[in-house]
Amino acid sequence: MIQTTPIRQQRRKLINLIMLGFCMLATLLVIAPLIWIIAYVIQQGLPAINWSFFTQLPTPVGVPGGGIANALVGSAMTVGLGLLFAIPIGTLAGFYAATHPDNGLGVALRFSADVISGVPSIVMGIFAYTIIVLPQRHFSAFSGGVVLAFIMLPTLTRTTEEMIRMVPKSLREGSLALGAAEWKTSLSIILPAAFNGILTGVMLAIARAAGEAAPMLFTAFGNPFLNLDYRQPVATLPHTIFVYAIAPYEDWHAKAWATALVLISLVLLLNIFARLITWWRVRHIGTYH
Amino acid sequence: MNLALQKSELPAPRIGVIRRLWDHGDGSYRFFLVVASLLLIGLVMAIGYELWQNSALSRHAFGWKFLTTSDWDPAIENKFGALPFILGTLMTSILALIVAIPLSIGTAIFLAELAPDWLRQPLGFLVELLAAVPSVIYGLWGLFVFIPVFVRPAAQFLNREFGFLPLFAGPIFGPSRFAAGILLAIMVFPTIAAVSRDVLRAIPNSQREAALAMGATQWEMISQILLPYGGSGLLGAIILGLGRALGETIAVTMVIGNNLDLSISLLHPGYTMASVIANEFTEATSDLYLQALIEIGLILFAITLVINFIARLLIWRLARQTKGEAHL
Repeated sequence: MIQTTPIRQQRRKLINLIMLGFCMLATLLVIAPLIWIIAYVIQQGLPAINWSFFTQLPTPVGVPGGGIANALVGSAMTVGLGLLFAIPIGTLAGFYAATHPDNGLGVALRFSADVISGVPSIVMGIFAYTIIVLPQRHFSAFSGGVVLAFIMLPTLTRTTEEMIRMVPKSLREGSLALGAAEWKTSLSIILPAAFNGILTGVMLAIARAAGEAAPMLFTAFGNPFLNLDYRQPVATLPHTIFVYAIAPYEDWHAKAWATALVLISLVLLLNIFARLITWWRVRHIGTYH
Repeated sequence: MNLALQKSELPAPRIGVIRRLWDHGDGSYRFFLVVASLLLIGLVMAIGYELWQNSALSRHAFGWKFLTTSDWDPAIENKFGALPFILGTLMTSILALIVAIPLSIGTAIFLAELAPDWLRQPLGFLVELLAAVPSVIYGLWGLFVFIPVFVRPAAQFLNREFGFLPLFAGPIFGPSRFAAGILLAIMVFPTIAAVSRDVLRAIPNSQREAALAMGATQWEMISQILLPYGGSGLLGAIILGLGRALGETIAVTMVIGNNLDLSISLLHPGYTMASVIANEFTEATSDLYLQALIEIGLILFAITLVINFIARLLIWRLARQTKGEAHL
């Protein structure tokens, strides 16, 4: 039998207190960098932000003014191209994973999506480089879009799958019982019911893709001029931050912070918005668990 | 009377092509679903194939010695060995895990077990936001804020107190493996914490109630019941974090100093596999040089593939196991 002396009791209580306190402290330490980063980016970036920062092209070192219009356009182009490729494939694959969760292909699909989401983005960049940039012999917005599509695919597939699973089975069965074909049921019953959820997946995918700098180094490559041709290189927001940050010029550093403020606002707003939609769904449909 | 004859006497159904597709499109619908799924599954194989093919020159020239030699001389001798980068990646990732594991598991315990309900959701959301911050912004912050404010003083302290160890040998640089490792720790917090929280939440309540009913304190319940119960899932979360640390590129490139330093001092600048690709890929002047970099990418791909495979397997198995018990 275990001796339960008061001293032993007190020691157990003390250890309990210390360890629970450690968990609390750990949470604070983990969240602190987020607050620190956001506060610092706002403090450093805000002074350089004005209307012309969004509408002008970059100026050479030392010349005041200049903006990131080229990077805004380039980011929109690459992310847009990425969505164009990733949404159809991701949604269809998500539908498959949701409707055939247990057969061989379904399991392989869900497993592949999880594994792909862990492949470093720089490796995706090399892959796109070897299949697009090498044969074409030049960098392009198109190759950047393809990389971003690869990066977005797993997120899109898994969220679509989860959202479709949340649609009550009775809806699907009711539609099939009325004689609607399976694809018609998917398109006009399940898709509208899961649409908000799929939309949150798209927003999270955009947020992740818009922040990718590493694969852009040798796909979209960067471009100091405004370019709307998908066959030519373009600048992107994260790549611009990288280039400005590692350059030895003070005024470029200021621009790096301002660009970072634009990017982090975009990414955080997308995340918050996606969370709000999910929260709204849970409240009004209540099928989330 | 003949049945076939009777059938032919019936008026032919007047259904147009569109109407027929509208009612009977399931064949093509399933076809599209399967094609999309196969595309996704094929992507993994396609990446492996392309990297393998495009690193042929380097693979043939150096063989397995590529992994164990440390010459990286694109200019004169045209010899390449990946050892310094493999070492750099290992050192920074291990340092990141040592810092990140206790803090993120502690966070997961707080989020899953201790936090009051009104705090749980907002805190969980903040942790997820931490994962959403683009890595280039971590790099920017690391370079201009974290290194001068934290890394430099901490490195000076380590060098003063433990400088006799080769691990903490001077001279001290701001950008260093140490800086990269700590920044990586911050970046893998949310991955490990969020997955561990989900693992802990999936443990059936009966386990908690049994422990508490036996008179265990809350910490005893957590450390002796919940952590062992969720063990393989937590291990999965940690391995997932390791995968992220190994492949993280741009933030590391910005704070590690990008230097072919062969010492094992954490306080010296270094290189990782990902950062050497980011830094030198567009500058590779010869085919062999480029293919050596692609081979480093191939190694990175193989490692992360294996790591993610193991991590997902562990997490999936636990999810299945707890689901099974919930039905009982």
